[in-house]
Amino acid sequence: MSTMTKPKRAPKPRPEAEKDASMLKQKEMMAGHYDRLTSAPENGDKVCATFVPGNLNELIMCFDFVNNLPEQNAIQAGLRKTSGRFVMEAEKMGHSEDVCTYVKSDLGMMARGNLAPNGKPFPDPDVLLLSYTGCFTFMKWFELLREQYGCEAIMLHTPYTGDGVITDNMREYMVKQLKEEVIPKLEAVSGVKFDIDRLREYLRESARAEDDLVAVLQSAKKKPSPIDAYFGGIYYIGPIFGAFRGTKEATEFYRLLRGEIDERVAAGLGPITPDGPMGEEKYRLVTEGPPNYTSFRDFWKMFYEEGAVCVASSYTKVGGTYDFGFRHDPDRPLESLAEYCLNVYTNRSLPQRVDMLANYIEEYEADGLLINSIKSCNSFSAGQLLIMKEVEKRTGKPGAFVETDLVDPRYFSASNVKNRLESYLQMIEQKRSSTQTLGAAA
Amino acid sequence: MTSQEQIIDRCQVLFDDLSFTSAREWKAAEEGRKVIGYMPIYVPREIIHAAGMLPLGVLGGGDQLEVIHGDAYYQSYICRIPRSTVELGVTGRLDFVDGMLFPSICDVIRNLSGMWKLMFADTYARYFDVPQNFDDKVGGEFYVNELNDLRADLSKISGRKITDDQIRASIELYNENRKLTQDVYAFRAREPWKVPSSDLYLVMRAGMVLPVEEHNQMLRDYLVAAADSDRPLRDNCRVLLTGGFCEQPPLNLIKSIELAGCYIVDDDFLLVNRFLLKDVPTEGDPVENLAHVFLHDSESTAAKYEPFQAEKGKYLIRAVEKYGAEGVIFAAPSFCDPALLDRPMLQHTLKDAGIPYVAFKYAENSGQMQPIREQAGTFSDSIKLWSEA
Ligand code: SF4
Ligand code: SF4
Repeated sequence: MSTMTKPKRAPKPRPEAEKDASMLKQKEMMAGHYDRLTSAPENGDKVCATFVPGNLNELIMCFDFVNNLPEQNAIQAGLRKTSGRFVMEAEKMGHSEDVCTYVKSDLGMMARGNLAPNGKPFPDPDVLLLSYTGCFTFMKWFELLREQYGCEAIMLHTPYTGDGVITDNMREYMVKQLKEEVIPKLEAVSGVKFDIDRLREYLRESARAEDDLVAVLQSAKKKPSPIDAYFGGIYYIGPIFGAFRGTKEATEFYRLLRGEIDERVAAGLGPITPDGPMGEEKYRLVTEGPPNYTSFRDFWKMFYEEGAVCVASSYTKVGGTYDFGFRHDPDRPLESLAEYCLNVYTNRSLPQRVDMLANYIEEYEADGLLINSIKSCNSFSAGQLLIMKEVEKRTGKPGAFVETDLVDPRYFSASNVKNRLESYLQMIEQKRSSTQTLGAAA
Repeated sequence: MTSQEQIIDRCQVLFDDLSFTSAREWKAAEEGRKVIGYMPIYVPREIIHAAGMLPLGVLGGGDQLEVIHGDAYYQSYICRIPRSTVELGVTGRLDFVDGMLFPSICDVIRNLSGMWKLMFADTYARYFDVPQNFDDKVGGEFYVNELNDLRADLSKISGRKITDDQIRASIELYNENRKLTQDVYAFRAREPWKVPSSDLYLVMRAGMVLPVEEHNQMLRDYLVAAADSDRPLRDNCRVLLTGGFCEQPPLNLIKSIELAGCYIVDDDFLLVNRFLLKDVPTEGDPVENLAHVFLHDSESTAAKYEPFQAEKGKYLIRAVEKYGAEGVIFAAPSFCDPALLDRPMLQHTLKDAGIPYVAFKYAENSGQMQPIREQAGTFSDSIKLWSEA
């Protein structure tokens, strides 16, 4: 593990925090991905754009496409603080102030040169794989991109599991779409013949990385938790939710990461934050909803400064829910791609989401549920107030509700969020002392 | 003969009644009757009807319902219809409803299906999915199976088997309802001064609460009565209104647009009445027939994927031509993802075709109509100037 001497006073830019080998590797992977993407035209590679929930990376790789994920690009723009300009640009172009800012960041970025984080222009996609999983906005987003790029769009419709079960009808419908629609069209655009054994190989690789990811996320059951499963978790899910699931690189990354976390567990250490190792773990929270990206570090800091660690989160299941046992299965390749899509968090019914969050509170011995409600995102947000009430009722643990946005800085009010969080932590404290008093009186 | 006013008065009473008295009375009239609520945008009412049950359209609370509880369930940036629907639920106004269907329209209604399961655990609640793949062998088979699942569920609730013949008989009634609906729309497009859009809206809205047999008679009566109308022709322009397919605009908004000088000659309110554009055949497997017409001959709307870029928004142009509209008004509920995300693409198509448009947002409880009147008035003036130029 590399260490750096911390300067006494924080100069600008902020101090580079301690970085584990896995973090450096991840940075390298992401940089390599963007280089591969931006040099696709000169390398003769074709590009397929798709979404994180329902990302069929293994299938995409079978046709030698480079995978471009507009949601991840919007996140990058948020972290780099350019998304605000892009969102406003899109609004000037006629997109409503009411709709998802990921879409507007993407469209605004296109209007302003469409530059990747490496400063080079993104190539136009050759195909849009509209994996319609868990979010209505996806359908319109890719219709909008199709209008701009004039390229082929392929719809893969994932039925919503409204009754909390995956039925044969749903699975068969998806497999049929893959066979009749998605694969033939990907073959036609790429000029590469589909090879199911190649798909199996990738799926086998995926399952290995998935095992390690689950171990990493579940390490948060330990006390203290060696990871922050929300803010830190976002780094952990990056490769597997993006263009790396099914690659050897991903398997190596998760193996390395798991090794590091195991060491932290053995040493009884808490999470690493952007400011170095976190101090004493005082509060354990389960989080629901995506984070804010334009003030990501400030947002996280509000937590770790108070000794609050996120031990489980729903957001880290948005590109695949693996902790209940699902793994990509080389023996049932198309069925398992279908099940993967059907299983993603935002495709789950509200009662399933309540169950999941309430169980997390129990299993991870958390103090309560914190919901970060995102203005952009009806898929996550509609119903969250009821989710909070239900989880509170079932667990007897208090919940808290903060409101921000993903990549629109206009909707991040640091003082509001901080006040909310502080009063919430005080509430937990009070609840603890009253429980202790009751315990003592008993 | 029933006059236009008498029919509209009846519809207004039905519209104003937030306790759904007529549906309650229908249910109470016979032992064992059941009512199934549904939200926008489309459900196959034929199957509900075939089970001997009353399909009941639930479209939020409008501008007369005081929302007290519903706001506690939703953040400020979510549209109004789910909160007023929750209000209807928690205040007991839907306590006679035996099941609720939440169609695949957007993530808000989708999530409301799960909220309903949690909040009203004793009532059947189903997210009603439709395919976004329109191939008979792919999306079609999926949909047929979904419809048969729904049929099985409804059969359990009604306590009777739903036979193919019963579905065929219901299809016939709804074919007639669709035809009469299209006739009323065509009549309005021909002689809009005789069929004010607020009237048309109320007559269509009555179809959300009345049994289809009764609604068919009402539509027939209305057509006869409207032909006799002696309302004067005004110097209004002709517009098509789009975007109001889910949360309903206040009736005043429709009236304001017409008062501002625009005859609405087509709209997308209450699409369930005319979602299927062709008669559903009564020969053969009735469920497959419902699926087939849905896949190949149903309305284009923001909640449905358009597989072909060249076709995007073309349905609006066809409607403009069919109904002789001179411009398009985009009226969408605030925070409505489907309407607002789709809008720029539809506007590009209109722009390419040289069709003028204007856009604004509303909420079901909007009270202030002045800005809308002004915008619609300016739009109407500019259309007139344009056509004179
Ligand atoms: S609405 Fe939500 S899930 Fe959909 S693209 Fe936006 S942030 Fe993602
Ligand atoms: S008004 Fe729009 S966003 Fe709201 S529930 Fe209806 S379709 Fe969904």
